[in-house]
Amino acid sequence: MNLTIDGKTVPVIDETTVLEVAQREGIWIPTFCHHPGLPPYGACRLCVVEVKAGGRPGLAASCTLPVADGLVIETNSPRVQRSRRILLQLLLAVTPGSAVVKELAEKMGVNTTPFEINEQENHCALCGLCVRVCNQVGAHAIGFAFRGTRRRVTPPFGKPAADCVGCRACASVCPTGDVKFTEKGDRLFGENWGADLSLARCSSCGRLFTTEYLFNHVKTKLGPDYSAAKLCPTCRRRSTANVMTGSYLGKVR
Amino acid sequence: MMPDLSSLCRKGLEALYPDKVKITVGRATCGRASGAEEVYQALLAEVKERGLDCTVATTGCLGFCQEEPLVCVQFPGKPRYVYSRVRPELVKEIIVGVINQNMPRKRLLGKVFEDEVLITGEKVKMDDRSGDRSLAENPFYLPQVKVATRNCGYIDPGSIAEYVARGGYLALQKALAQTPEEIIQEVLESGLRGRGGGGFPTGKKWDFARKSPGGVKYVICNADEGDPGAYMDRSILEGDPHTVLEGMTIGGYAIGAHTGIIYCRAEYPLAVATLREAIKQAEENGFLGDDIFGSGFSFRIEIVEGRGAFVCGEETALIASIEGKMGEPSPRPPFPAERGLWGKPTNINNVETWANIPPIIMKGGKWFAGMGTENSKGTKVFALVGDIKNNGLVEVPMGTTLRQIIYDIGGGTGVFDFKAVQTGGPSGGCIPASLIDLPVDYEELTKAGAIMGSGGMVVMNEHACMVDVARFFITFTQDESCGKCLPCREGTRQMLELLNKICAGKAEMPDLELLENLALAIKDAALCGLGQTAPSPVLSTLKYFREEYEAHIREKFCPSGVCRELFELTIAEEACRGCGRCAEVCPQQAITGQRKQPYRLDQDRCIRCRACLNTCRHKAIKVVPPRR
Repeated sequence: MNLTIDGKTVPVIDETTVLEVAQREGIWIPTFCHHPGLPPYGACRLCVVEVKAGGRPGLAASCTLPVADGLVIETNSPRVQRSRRILLQLLLAVTPGSAVVKELAEKMGVNTTPFEINEQENHCALCGLCVRVCNQVGAHAIGFAFRGTRRRVTPPFGKPAADCVGCRACASVCPTGDVKFTEKGDRLFGENWGADLSLARCSSCGRLFTTEYLFNHVKTKLGPDYSAAKLCPTCRRRSTANVMTGSYLGKVR
Repeated sequence: MMPDLSSLCRKGLEALYPDKVKITVGRATCGRASGAEEVYQALLAEVKERGLDCTVATTGCLGFCQEEPLVCVQFPGKPRYVYSRVRPELVKEIIVGVINQNMPRKRLLGKVFEDEVLITGEKVKMDDRSGDRSLAENPFYLPQVKVATRNCGYIDPGSIAEYVARGGYLALQKALAQTPEEIIQEVLESGLRGRGGGGFPTGKKWDFARKSPGGVKYVICNADEGDPGAYMDRSILEGDPHTVLEGMTIGGYAIGAHTGIIYCRAEYPLAVATLREAIKQAEENGFLGDDIFGSGFSFRIEIVEGRGAFVCGEETALIASIEGKMGEPSPRPPFPAERGLWGKPTNINNVETWANIPPIIMKGGKWFAGMGTENSKGTKVFALVGDIKNNGLVEVPMGTTLRQIIYDIGGGTGVFDFKAVQTGGPSGGCIPASLIDLPVDYEELTKAGAIMGSGGMVVMNEHACMVDVARFFITFTQDESCGKCLPCREGTRQMLELLNKICAGKAEMPDLELLENLALAIKDAALCGLGQTAPSPVLSTLKYFREEYEAHIREKFCPSGVCRELFELTIAEEACRGCGRCAEVCPQQAITGQRKQPYRLDQDRCIRCRACLNTCRHKAIKVVPPRR
């Protein structure tokens, strides 16, 4: 199976997307709601490419566009550029402070937005990365609620997130820096989700290193093979090294 | 259980043409809104009080919404009287007429001399063709060809027997004796295209779903009708539910599905109740269930009530909603025909499409393809609403011109000039008066910058502001956007901001360019059909009425007199006949004068409510730029 991307015909295999092919071929396509470790979502539409032949002609989001034999794609046609520029201007209006968005915009030669700028404190662009990563982690603590411009990410029924394990994956994938966690004493607060979690202490060095909830969550996920000792990453490394070197030295002796 | 068509048919004919007087009330939602329930109750009470031996029956909507509530009176073997705008006061006169066998002339819309059963071609003649006007010759009905709505207003939607008496379930019997491929071939030949808006060939869709590998498949009826001003699906569901069930069962057999689901919007409680009763009766009589007509084919239909979002009419969002997820579209491919409900191949058609299936199977694809234009076959139901004399549902062959629909059937726009017609709901566009001779089919409407959509037609006269119309539809879509994709959610919000600015007289010319570029980007980049078509009202009005936008921006003037800050009203002395009607309707007493003398309007008291503008038959009220 072959597809043509920016004039270059390349072999492709089933179950890949046009975005993946482009990235493999070293073609830059701007993305915002995409993360290689998470299922594609197709919400920001920045990655639109133009289908010239072999599919429904017009623009399509490359992150959700499956490859097909004979597909002819242009990743940077004038039509694509026009849409991307407007989309970036819209994004700039929603989340004017985001470094990720600013960098993308600069790359596309967009410096300002002609649109009404969102002056609220919340600059979430609803890319859905936090929701998807939370599902991937298996916590399912947050989701979308309401529709249209009232749409937001929230724990069920707007109540404090009972299922938040405190892994902070949502904060680490958030491109606008809107998801915030703070530590106070031995508590971790997920501000956006109303989560209040107790931190676990390393049984070896006594350092606070994760939440009790996350520790138990991982334990159940990994099953009985997982060493149940409550160790921070440093102590766990040391302990594992000791076991390994011990058994090695034992064999040598 | 083997369905007994002939005994049902006999029973149905007895109910349709009883040997005593039958009075029928159109009790669909449109009738009820005009007071059909009060009329029905008054009829029941009157009949009871006088101890009359006659039937008071229920039927669906005859389509002539302007003239609702409609009441039919039928003496055995005699022509049927159809009365319009019946109020409880008229009920007594009708009953007295029945007793004296001398029906009143008041509000008599016309008489029906003949009923034709479309499916079988049989005619039921009612003799005594006296000098009365025939309903069929009423200009509203004359050009109409009823296929999808053939039974609406004729049968009791709660009676499967009456449906059978009009040729119902014959198509199912015929289909089950054929192979699925033959049925798909017939549908392909008919040229039927999706009536919900997309216009995709139905036969091709069925073929994809049939060829899609998998043991479990589904058919879905999309009854989540949501376009403002469109209600043909509701009328079919409330007036003739069995045609949808029959169509779906045939479709299920053709693609290899054993379960059908009707996704009906919860805002149609009467349609849901009617469907539930129809499914029950179809099951009791063996039209749904196991081994239908001894063919070995089993089929069941369930109802899922909608969750109140316009976007759930989009097929992927509809499927998500049935699965209990948020009603949000997902990218296609994969198409539902490959991976649909619960990941299984699924075929979705809307109500009107399903309603066309039984006649196509019975009369053949060629018959259906004999109507319409080259690429748009058959008939289409339009909801004709707005500034028009005859509001209603009209079913006409494809290719009928706008002029025929708006002037011949609709009776025109009265004293005010026809300005534009908005077709296809929020995804559609505005067609200007200059294109009045446009033949209405999928291609022509698309070429004109509008779409067929589900068939809504909002007629507007000279007092409609096109910028305001665009704003109305963008307000709708930005409210109904699911919010998943950026261009639809933020783009429609920003379009609305710009339109608000224009309507308030605060926009500059670059805003217009921005609006246009934004509209084009949303059209290109949005995820689903709702977003991709959301800018159409803006783009089509920009195409045909750009000067109106420019007047709002450059001159700060709304030439149609809608945008409140941007106009004033005045009375043109030379046109004023001094009738004083404007002064009567003015809530501000801003208009003063003496009869037969030109009236005057006091600008300081005027609140620009337009009551005088819409009242003056002499067009003496003028819209002028506001004083600065």
